Amino acid sequence: MSMLVDVLSWALILSGSAFCLIGGLGLVRLRGFFPRTHAASVIDSAGAWLLLAGLMLQGGWTLVAVKLAMIGLLLFFAGPTATHALANAALARGLSLNEGPEEGPSKL
Amino acid sequence: MFAAAALALLAALGLALARAIGGPTVFDRALAANSIGTLAMLMLAVLGFLTGRPEFLDLAILYGLLNVIGTIAMLKFFRYGDLGDPGDAGEAQETRR
Repeated sequence: MSMLVDVLSWALILSGSAFCLIGGLGLVRLRGFFPRTHAASVIDSAGAWLLLAGLMLQGGWTLVAVKLAMIGLLLFFAGPTATHALANAALARGLSLNEGPEEGPSKL
Repeated sequence: MFAAAALALLAALGLALARAIGGPTVFDRALAANSIGTLAMLMLAVLGFLTGRPEFLDLAILYGLLNVIGTIAMLKFFRYGDLGDPGDAGEAQETRR
């Protein structure tokens, strides 16, 4: 049983870190601001929650799991709020919606 | 295995930092800063498990709360050009870069 929980938690942690890495890569490679918000959301939702779920399985039924759930809830509510505020502010300041899709990925 | 997760998070942090330094508009930088905050939270949580000191989770919660406030405040400033005054929105000076 504990073996099963271990394997499951390692799978969750590894996939969570993979999603974080993909999000970071997208943050660098995508062109334009609005596509990049998409990459940042991958970190906020998939990466963070998978990682926290894996850590929760490692922590067991203790205060650690409660704190991890707190972090998850904070990200759950604050992440979309911050992303929405960002996109809204960018739109209000007149950032172009289809900025720079010239050729190939961004080179910074 | 926690070390692998920490390394992946560190790499993602580096990529987000590159975007924060090089991002053409201020909103790119704000987005990257927000992502850096989230990744730092996760990094603190993983680090707590890595070193066997789960007290680091408290730091992660505190860091997350500060991160949210910081992002919203910075965006409000760059949208309205002011932190306190709620009226007379728009007409902020040009701070695209």
